[in-house]
Amino acid sequence: MALSLRIRDVAAGYGAVRALHGVSLEISHGKTVALLGTNGNGKSTLMKCVMGMVRPTAGTVVLSMENKNYDLTRLSTEEIVNLGVAMVPEGRRLFPKLTVEENLLLGAFRRSARGEIGRNLSFAYEAFPVLAERRRQLAGSMSGGQQQMLAIARALMSAPKLLLVDEPSVGLAPILVSHTITKIKELKEKYGLTVLMAEQNFHQAIRIADCGYIIVHGEIVFEGKTVDDLEQNELVKNYYLGSTV
Amino acid sequence: MKFWIAAALLFLAAFGVAISGVNEYFFFAAYVVLTAVTLATAWNILGGYAGYVNFGPPAFFGTGAYTAVVLFKWLGAPLAAQIAAGAAMGGLLGFGVGLLTLRLRGIFFAIATVAVVFIMETLMINWRYVGGATGLQLLRPPVIAPFETYARMLFVVAAFMALASVAVARYVQGSWIGRGLRALRDSEEAAEANGVPTLKLKLFACVVSGALMGAAGAPMPMYLSFIEPASTFNLSYTISALGGSIIGGMSHWLGPILGALLLGTLQQIITVTISGEVNVLIVGVLLVLFVVLAPEGILGLLKRWFKASSK
Repeated sequence: MALSLRIRDVAAGYGAVRALHGVSLEISHGKTVALLGTNGNGKSTLMKCVMGMVRPTAGTVVLSMENKNYDLTRLSTEEIVNLGVAMVPEGRRLFPKLTVEENLLLGAFRRSARGEIGRNLSFAYEAFPVLAERRRQLAGSMSGGQQQMLAIARALMSAPKLLLVDEPSVGLAPILVSHTITKIKELKEKYGLTVLMAEQNFHQAIRIADCGYIIVHGEIVFEGKTVDDLEQNELVKNYYLGSTV
Repeated sequence: MKFWIAAALLFLAAFGVAISGVNEYFFFAAYVVLTAVTLATAWNILGGYAGYVNFGPPAFFGTGAYTAVVLFKWLGAPLAAQIAAGAAMGGLLGFGVGLLTLRLRGIFFAIATVAVVFIMETLMINWRYVGGATGLQLLRPPVIAPFETYARMLFVVAAFMALASVAVARYVQGSWIGRGLRALRDSEEAAEANGVPTLKLKLFACVVSGALMGAAGAPMPMYLSFIEPASTFNLSYTISALGGSIIGGMSHWLGPILGALLLGTLQQIITVTISGEVNVLIVGVLLVLFVVLAPEGILGLLKRWFKASSK
């Protein structure tokens, strides 16, 4: 059951501000793809285009699954979630005044996910034991690291096949960033996910990525087929690895 | 199950009281209090669960009342049909208002709902058939046995509607709809990212809330045997709906019941013992006190108290 996501020439923006100028990228089955770029270069906008939360003004986003193609630019977010795409939003976007368990249940809001809800809930608690201990606690009262775990667990509640993770490192201490990234890899292997991860923490991202793209000012400036490609690239060296020109 | 037994017992009790020898005034007052319970419970579905503050209860309430009047004058329809039609029109208005305003958030949504009240009132003032600005005297049909007076009968009707709206609110709260509404109250964007159909849920809440308020308004013309726009579309209904919910607590269906019972009863007592003006003052003071000291209402206070005593 191969899955792939092809983004072709996507342009998008907010009012007069253009955030993406013809972005193309491809994610094939079982891969972890890193979307690298600093703040304000369009990573989140691209993620939102995939989720149907921002409508591209041009281009296509095609999800291929079971020999069927779905143009995500024509579907609503609910329908996209139903197809098996889930997102861990930037800054986690939890429901702070709801309990941990209710946050998890909301991850399975779509009817297609409700049937397996008991099983998925126990998977989530198994993967993140700390959430089981705190199931009755309000999500907003947990630490940043725990909140990030909850955000990931919530996204997994819909039993997705394609997981989008938008900047998992935001607002976390370095050690927690490392834990989170490791956890994403672990979950990806366990559940056979395909992952698109937006990050600006280059070192951490390429630890688990199979390949990656670098986005600058709404354009893909480099495509690395392998992690080595990315590490050897001049642009990367200049911008992210701190070597002086 | 416990809930349904309690509801049935309460209804039977109301029925029993209505055919007993209790003083007539009790029913006049209790009708108003029970209507406030229905309004607050209905309001809380959109205002409490979803966090969309609706200042338009008079518009929905008045739509229900005028629908009843039209049906009565035109067809001589019985009360049950008037209430059903009032609910339908209230729901329809909810759908229309929802479509037009639910993309607005916070204060902008609230302002838009105030406008709906003025629009509906202006429409009725200019509609001759229902009496225009001067209103319309209604000749009530004879009261149905076993009730001796209209106040007694309408008291039972109001009790039934209050219980029914509480049952609806309770169902919504415990269902996926309620979970989705709470999610979008907390963070609309996150809810959407999780595949919660936010607009559909908000529309649903708006329709259900509007229908219940419409039903609550429908018996009013029979209660007064008179209808007139200024008092029907009075913003005091907003106060009972919103105030009852805030004072009781908005997170649970019990909140609006407690709040509306307390506020409604207090208002009745003060109106009789002191005066109508002091009554408005008391409501204002109570609201300020609760918003400042107990933002989670009576329910929040009870919760705190239970926690403290269990320690």
